[in-house]
Amino acid sequence: MFSMLIQFVLSGITVGAVYALVGLGFNIIYNATSIINLAQGEFVVMGGLVMWFFSQWLQIPFFLSVILTILVVGLVGFIMERFTINPLKNADLLLMIMITVAVSIVLRGILMFKFGKDPYSYPPFTTGEPITIFGAVIQQQVLWVLGITLACIGLIFLFFNKTMLGKAMSACAVNPTAAKLVGINVSRMIMLSFILSAILGAIGGIAITPISLMEYDKGPALAVKGFCAAIMGGLGNSMGAVVGGFIIGVLESLTAGYIHSGFKDAIALIIMLAILFFKPAGIFGSKASLSVRKF
Amino acid sequence: MKCKGRSILKVLALVLMLLLVAKASMAKEPYKIGAIFSVTGPASFLGEPEKNTVIMLADQINKAGGINGHPVEVIVEDDKSDEGLAVLAAKKLLDKDKVIAIIGPSITGSSMAIIPIVQAAKTPLISAAAGAGITNPVSERYWVFKTAQYDVSAVIAIYKYMQNKGIKKVGIITITNAFGDQGRKALLELAPKYGITVVADERYGPKDADMTTQLTKIKAAGAQAVINWSVGPTQVIVTKNWHDLKLGIPLYQSHGWGSKKNLELAGPAAEGVIAPLGRLVVWDKLPDKHPQKAILKKYDTDYKARYKTEPGTFGGHAYDAFMLVVDALKHVGPDKQKIRDYIENNIKNWPGISGIYNMSKEDHCGMDDTAFEMTIVKQGKWEILK
Repeated sequence: MFSMLIQFVLSGITVGAVYALVGLGFNIIYNATSIINLAQGEFVVMGGLVMWFFSQWLQIPFFLSVILTILVVGLVGFIMERFTINPLKNADLLLMIMITVAVSIVLRGILMFKFGKDPYSYPPFTTGEPITIFGAVIQQQVLWVLGITLACIGLIFLFFNKTMLGKAMSACAVNPTAAKLVGINVSRMIMLSFILSAILGAIGGIAITPISLMEYDKGPALAVKGFCAAIMGGLGNSMGAVVGGFIIGVLESLTAGYIHSGFKDAIALIIMLAILFFKPAGIFGSKASLSVRKF
Repeated sequence: MKCKGRSILKVLALVLMLLLVAKASMAKEPYKIGAIFSVTGPASFLGEPEKNTVIMLADQINKAGGINGHPVEVIVEDDKSDEGLAVLAAKKLLDKDKVIAIIGPSITGSSMAIIPIVQAAKTPLISAAAGAGITNPVSERYWVFKTAQYDVSAVIAIYKYMQNKGIKKVGIITITNAFGDQGRKALLELAPKYGITVVADERYGPKDADMTTQLTKIKAAGAQAVINWSVGPTQVIVTKNWHDLKLGIPLYQSHGWGSKKNLELAGPAAEGVIAPLGRLVVWDKLPDKHPQKAILKKYDTDYKARYKTEPGTFGGHAYDAFMLVVDALKHVGPDKQKIRDYIENNIKNWPGISGIYNMSKEDHCGMDDTAFEMTIVKQGKWEILK
């Protein structure tokens, strides 16, 4: 019985790690622009597929493939911002979000033409038997995902709190006009946030593909769960997105294990709604952050 | 010299005449066959190989001189995996192109949507979709046939095999889409008939990343085997999870398992996975006297040579649908009523890609569980189980 519970929790952590890594990506653009980038899922998919292209198709060594993948996806983030968000200047936020939906559809189409409809995968970072804990098993790759997630949180925290660039970026979200008045190049900050966000998506995609496989139309499914993780933890809060991701993953798994797998998505979402009902700013969000939120 | 020149002239004249005759014979009225496939949209993994297959077949037939001297013309319409567009395509094929017969659509929904139209137009329809409702009840499907095996047949093939192996308790794990729903229904309904109890009935979504929870539950429920029913990436994830957990009970997959891609992606985790598959993926393992072997070999090699990819089971459904019409045209000519009657009455022990067809007044699909071979994965390849 006990090993079963452990297995359910580990399974939940596996899924939760995927949600958490996707959820993290939403926060950066949100922190800089208040835009919810609904093409975030496509950045993740692109990370996985482009990584496959470099590492399996072109047989480029692992680390070089990772760097190339990050560069390619970062470039896509840059192009996206320069050609769709930047020309609009002071458009309505809702309009900007609609545009990210449009971009996601275009990206999905391009990915379909380039990679077809088949799923792709490559070997996990370290091969070997899955790890056994109290009779329950967990794939080694999940530990990699966990490690990468923690490293990303650390870096994001340092970036936004300890560097000038990061602080300037958060200033843009709170009040773009004031930021401009104190000499911050708002347009460049927004551009940078899209690139960073794309890179974070790419890292997520690279890490989770050996677990979940990757196909061109996985984006929306990933984005929905990742977004849930982000708002559950408190939009804009990195630690929140990660905790939110794990809560949703473990809840889903426990529901599947002890109630029925048919209910797992429903129950996880109901609990998320309940949390937001009592704490609208999310688990880690404060009332103050809610009041400066543009929506 | 003069004499030689004249003989050259004679030869030339002869060649010219022959050419004219040949041209005249090819100039016979073409036979028009309509095709509706989901070439784009969510079901494009069905429609794409289906379209490729019929185009390849039509080319081959025309190169070989057509059907009784008539070239065959296939008009392929894309329904974009949408029932409404399938209806429009069917109307266009019937009213504008005046086709003799329609093959496709790729999906059950589209097939059901155009059945009333072909029935009213008294035109044979040979669907490439699997739904049992397409040809049942036969009394209301006078003009309709289909070439994809019933889901039920795959379930029967698995249960019969389990019965022989003495497996009495199974856990099922199915995907929450139409394919999984149909499979789950058949698995639950047919189990008692074969003395099998379904001790766990688990589900998962089409984009889920991990199914270890469901598999652990199935094992804990005392199942002697797991049956997974899905198509797409999830069947690979289930296989990997099953392998990681070392469940110690065999994993059975549906007939959707028959794509080489699955074996590549699952790698060593796929060792020992059992599934009922159409013979296309194991044709080289069949005995030489097997009636399907020659056709399967030719289709597999031709398709790979032309499209540089595996043909897959779904292309085979279109192959059979097209060849049924061609066979009928060859014997009875372009008469819709006669074509229908020919397919219903004369297709007996007719080897195709998906199976050996025996059409009758009671059965417009003509295949049962014998269309499948039980297979097991060994060293990354399918072997036929005896």
